[in-house]
Amino acid sequence: MPAVSKGDGMRGLAVFISDIRNCKSKEAEIKRINKELANIRSKFKGDKALDGYSKKKYVCKLLFIFLLGHDIDFGHMEAVNLLSSNKYTEKQIGYLFISVLVNSNSDLISLINNAIKNDLSSRNPTFMNLALHCIANVGSREMAEAFAAEVPRILVAGDTMDSVKQSAALCLLRLNRTSPDLVLMGEWTARVVHLLNDQHLGVVTAATSLITTLAQKSPEDFKTSVSLAVARLSRIVSSASTDLQDYTYYFVAAPWLSVKLLRLLQCYPPPEDGAIRGRLTECLETILNKAQEPPKSKKVQHSNAKNAVLFEAISLIIHHDSEPTLLVRACNQLGQFLQHRETNLRYLALESMCTLASSEFSHEAVKTHIETVINALKSERDVSVRQRAVDLLYAMCDRSNAKQIVAEMLSYLETADYSIREEIVLKVAILAEKYAVDYTWYVDTILNLIRFAGDYVSDEVWYRVIQIVINRDEVQGYAAKTVFEALQAPACHENLVKVGGYILGEFGNLIAGDSRSSPLIQFDLLHSKFHLCSVPTRALLLSAYIKFINLFPEVKGTIQEVLRSDSQLRNADVELQQRAVEYLRLSSIASTDILATVLEEMPPFPERESSILAKLKRKKGPGNLHPDLDENRKERSANGGTADHSSTTSNAKVLLLSCCLLIRMTHCFLIVTVTSPKVAASPTPSTDLLGLGSTITTQNSAPPASKGTSLLVDVFSENIAAFPVETPVAVGPVADENFSRFVCKNNGVLYENQLLQIGLKSEFRQNLGRMYVFFGNKTSTQFMNFAASVPADPTVDGGAQLQQILNIECMSDFVDAPVLNIQFRYGGTLQNVAVKLPITLNKFFQPTEMTSQDFFQRWKQLGAPQQEVQKIFKAKHSMDTEVTKAKIMGFGAALLDGVDPNPSNFVGAGVIHTKTTQVGCLLRLEPNTQAQMYRLTLRTSRDTVSQRLCDLLSEQF
Amino acid sequence: ITFLTLHFLSSPAIQIRFILIQNRAGKTRLAKWYMQFDDDEKQKLIEEVHAVVTVRDAKHTNFVEVRLYACLSCLQFRNFKIIYRRYAGLYFCICVDVTDNNLAYLEGIHNFVEVLNEYFHNVCELDLVFNFYKVYTVVDEMFLAGEIRETSQTKVLKQLLMLQSLE
Repeated sequence: MPAVSKGDGMRGLAVFISDIRNCKSKEAEIKRINKELANIRSKFKGDKALDGYSKKKYVCKLLFIFLLGHDIDFGHMEAVNLLSSNKYTEKQIGYLFISVLVNSNSDLISLINNAIKNDLSSRNPTFMNLALHCIANVGSREMAEAFAAEVPRILVAGDTMDSVKQSAALCLLRLNRTSPDLVLMGEWTARVVHLLNDQHLGVVTAATSLITTLAQKSPEDFKTSVSLAVARLSRIVSSASTDLQDYTYYFVAAPWLSVKLLRLLQCYPPPEDGAIRGRLTECLETILNKAQEPPKSKKVQHSNAKNAVLFEAISLIIHHDSEPTLLVRACNQLGQFLQHRETNLRYLALESMCTLASSEFSHEAVKTHIETVINALKSERDVSVRQRAVDLLYAMCDRSNAKQIVAEMLSYLETADYSIREEIVLKVAILAEKYAVDYTWYVDTILNLIRFAGDYVSDEVWYRVIQIVINRDEVQGYAAKTVFEALQAPACHENLVKVGGYILGEFGNLIAGDSRSSPLIQFDLLHSKFHLCSVPTRALLLSAYIKFINLFPEVKGTIQEVLRSDSQLRNADVELQQRAVEYLRLSSIASTDILATVLEEMPPFPERESSILAKLKRKKGPGNLHPDLDENRKERSANGGTADHSSTTSNAKVLLLSCCLLIRMTHCFLIVTVTSPKVAASPTPSTDLLGLGSTITTQNSAPPASKGTSLLVDVFSENIAAFPVETPVAVGPVADENFSRFVCKNNGVLYENQLLQIGLKSEFRQNLGRMYVFFGNKTSTQFMNFAASVPADPTVDGGAQLQQILNIECMSDFVDAPVLNIQFRYGGTLQNVAVKLPITLNKFFQPTEMTSQDFFQRWKQLGAPQQEVQKIFKAKHSMDTEVTKAKIMGFGAALLDGVDPNPSNFVGAGVIHTKTTQVGCLLRLEPNTQAQMYRLTLRTSRDTVSQRLCDLLSEQF
Repeated sequence: ITFLTLHFLSSPAIQIRFILIQNRAGKTRLAKWYMQFDDDEKQKLIEEVHAVVTVRDAKHTNFVEVRLYACLSCLQFRNFKIIYRRYAGLYFCICVDVTDNNLAYLEGIHNFVEVLNEYFHNVCELDLVFNFYKVYTVVDEMFLAGEIRETSQTKVLKQLLMLQSLE
C-alpha cells in the first residue's frame, strides 16, 4: 500500500511547522514567523546560489506562512525559478506557489507562461499535467491567450496519455469559462464529442464535464453528444456490478460518470430518434428497477452512490416531462424515501417531489403522500427538512386539499422556527386567497396568521386582506364581527389593530346594531389600543375615528374630544398632529353631506394582484389646463402618507392635506398656500406594495367637480388658492434638455430656470409607474395660483394636477412622451412652463435572466428582418465598461454575463410590459474601443419597439 | 437558510465553488478555491462555513443551503449549498450550486477521504498539516477546475505512488 511518512523530503519544513504548532500564543507565532521570514530573505539575497532543494524548501515555507494567513511579498521569483527545474518535487512546489498566490505581476506572467509552454511541449506526462493543472487553477486571461490554441490540440492528439487528456479536458473547460472568446471549438467539436466513446472512463468523466458546459452554451453544435451519452450510459447501467472494476464504487458501476451523463442529457429535449429514445427509457427504467432490488451492501456508501444516480435519473425524467409512466414510478420511489430512516433521503425526496408536483402527469400521484408530508412537518428534527415539507405542501396544494394544508401549516406556525415563519405566512396567505371558496374562511385564516405569527405578517399580507374585504360585499359584515371579536383579546398584535381599525372604520356600521358592539364600544375598543401602537398605526386609527364620525354621529363628541386633546393636537409627530388638526376641523366645519361624501366607503380596488398602482384616467386633450376633476382622485396610504413638512425649509410651506387611505377625496388634494414666500413640496415615501395607497379609478358616482372644489375651499378657506384659476394659455416651447439623462435613471433634476426647479423621483413596475414631481421656488417672492398638469397622451396616461404624484400606465408601445404644463403667477405675470416628462418605453422593462442557451434560441427566433434594428454610432462618452453596464441595467434590461462569446460585448434581455401585451426584447452592444464606435442590435417581437429602444439606448453612450 | 454576506461572481456553469477541510476549532486544513475571491472574502467564507456546519448533528442532513451574493454588480442573492461530512474531528465541505447532485458530492468527499486514508496510511489531521503541499496534489488528481476529474481510487493511488517515487 502506498503511504508517505510524515514530513518526508523536507526536514526543515517539518521542524518549522512543529515550531509553529508549539507556539503558545499568537505573539509567539508571529515572532517565529518573522524570524523565519528574515532567514528566508537573507538566504534568497545571499551571495551563495541556492540549490534546488533549498529553494524548494524555502518557497514551501513561504507558502505555509501564507496559508496561515500572513502576507507574503517576496519569493515569487524563486518560485518561478523552480518551474524550470527538471525535478518533479521542485517543479511541483513552484507550480503550487504560483497557483495559490496568483499574482498578476506582468514581469512574472511571461516567465510563468514560458515555463508552462516548455512543460506542455516536454512530452513528459507528469510535467504536462503540472502545467495543465496550473492553467486550470489560475485560468487567467493571459494564460488563455497563450494556451487556448494549444490545449485542445493536446486533448485530441492520438498519442496523448489518458491522464493528460483528463487534465487537458478540464483545463479547456476552465479557459472556456473564463475567456470563452479565446476558446474556439469549431474544428475540434466532433473529436471532443467522440471522447465520450473513449476506452478510459476517467477520460470520459472529464470529457463529459467539458461537453456539458459547451453544450449549455451552444447546444446545436454538440447535439451529437446525445446519442453517444445514451449509448455510454446504457453500457454502464446494464453492466454487472464488477464489470467496470476500477470504476465500481461500493458495487455501483461508475456512479459519478452516470450522474454526469444524465446531466448532459438534461441540456437537451427528449431524443427525437425513436431508437435512442427507447434506449434511454430502458436505461431510466433499469435505474428505477435497481432501486427496488435488495442492496448489495449495507454500507451507506453503496446506497448513496446508487441513489445519486437515481435522483439524477429522476431529474432527467422531470426535465423531459413526457413519460407519464416514468413520472409516476419516480413519484412512487420518492414516496418510499419519504419514510426512509436516512434523513438525507427524506430531505432529497421532499425536494425532488416538489418539482414532480408541478407536472400534470404526476401531480395526483404526489398528492397521495400528503399525510406523510404533514407528518414530516411535525416530526422532523432538521429544520431544513421541515422547510422542504412546507415547500412540498405548498406545491401539492390545490382546491381539493387546500383547507387541510392551510390548517396544517397554520398549526405548524405556532411552533415553527423563526427562520422560516415569514415564508410560511406568505405561503398560507397565498394559498388561502387562491383557493378560497368562501371568503369567511379566508378572513379567518389571515386573522389566525396575525394571531399566531403577527410579527411575521408583512404589510403585503394585511393590505391584501383589506383589499379583498373591500371588494367582496358578502364578507364585510363577517369581517367586521370577526375583527371586533379578535380585538377583545387583552394583548393583540399591532397588525391586528391595523386591520381592525381599517375594517371597523369602513364597516363598523354593519355590526353596530348589536348592543355588544355599539359604536361607542367599538370606538373604546380601538382607542384602548391606540397608545400602545406605533405612529403609522395611530395615524390609521385617527383616520378610522373620522370615519366613525361619519358612520355614527352619536360618537362625534367623544371623538372630537380625543382629537382635541393635547396629545393629539400637539403631538410631536407632524403626521399625527396634522391629521388631528385636519380631522377635527373637517368634523366641525363640514356639513353631514360633505362628510358623507369625503368619508364615503372605499370603492373597490382594481382586481389586480399585488398591484401598486392603479390607472389614472386620461385627460381630455392637450393644452387644456383645467384639471379634469371628475377623472382624478387621489389617495395616499396611511402608511405612505407621512408627508414630512418639517424637513422643508422654514420659510417654505406647502400644505398637503394629509388625505389618508380612509378618506376618498373627489378631486385633487394638493393645495398651495401662499402664506410664505417659497413654494416647495416634500416627498411622500411610498411603502405600500399592494396599491392601497394608489389612485383609484374613476367612479361614475363621483360628484361634480365644482362641488369638490368648493368643498375644499370651504374647509380650508384661509389663504387658499385652489385651481383652476387661470384660463387656458397656449403652451410655449417644450423643454426637453434633460430628457435623455433620465432614460437610464429615475431620479434627478428635470428642469430649471431662474424661477423654478423641478425635481423627479420615479419608480416603475411592469406596465405601471409612479412619478413624484417636486417644484421648488427659487425666488424670494411667492408664486400665486400655481398649477401643473399633464395633458392626455395617446399612449401613456398621466394624471394629477399638481406637484405630488403622477401615476402612469403604459397602454401600448409609444414614442412621444407626455408634456407637463406648469402655470403660475409670479410678480403679476402669468408664467408658463412646459417640460417633457421623461417617461420612455424602456421604463416598462422587466429584466429577464436567461441562460446562454435560451438567449441564443430566442435570438434566432427573432430573426425576421423587421424585428431587428441595428445602429452603428460614435461613442459620445468614454467607453468605460462599468459605466456601460450600469447604463444597460438602468435602461431596464437584465445584463447577461457569459452569454456573448466575446466578453467585451454586452448582452441584455427583458420584457416590455404594456397593458395589452408583453414584448420580449434582446439586445447586444458591441463596443469597438479602437474606432470609438458602438454597434447596437435590438431584437424584439415588435418592430416599433425594436426601433424605439434602439433610438433611446443609442443616445446614451 | 443562513445568510452569508459575500459575493460570488456570476459564472453559471461552475460546479464546485470551493473545497474546505476544517477541524472542529475552525482551523483550516485545506482550502481549495475554484473561483476568484479576495482574501477577506475567503476568510469570511471559512468562518461562516464553520459556524453553519459545526452546529449540526447526526440527525441533520449532510446538506446546508446558504445564501450568497451571486453577482456583486447586480447585488443579486443566490442560494448555494454546502455538502459536508464529518470524519473524527475534521469537516470536509464542498460548496456547489443548489441544483447539483447532493449524494454524488457527498460520496465524492468520501472517495477523496478513502484516497487520503490509503495514501497517508490511516490519515490523521497531522498528516494534512505536515504534508499540506501533497494534499493539493491529491485534490488536483481528483478534482480539477471545479469538476470531478478522476473517481477510480486505484488509478489515483497508482498515479500518486508514481509521483512519490520521483525526485
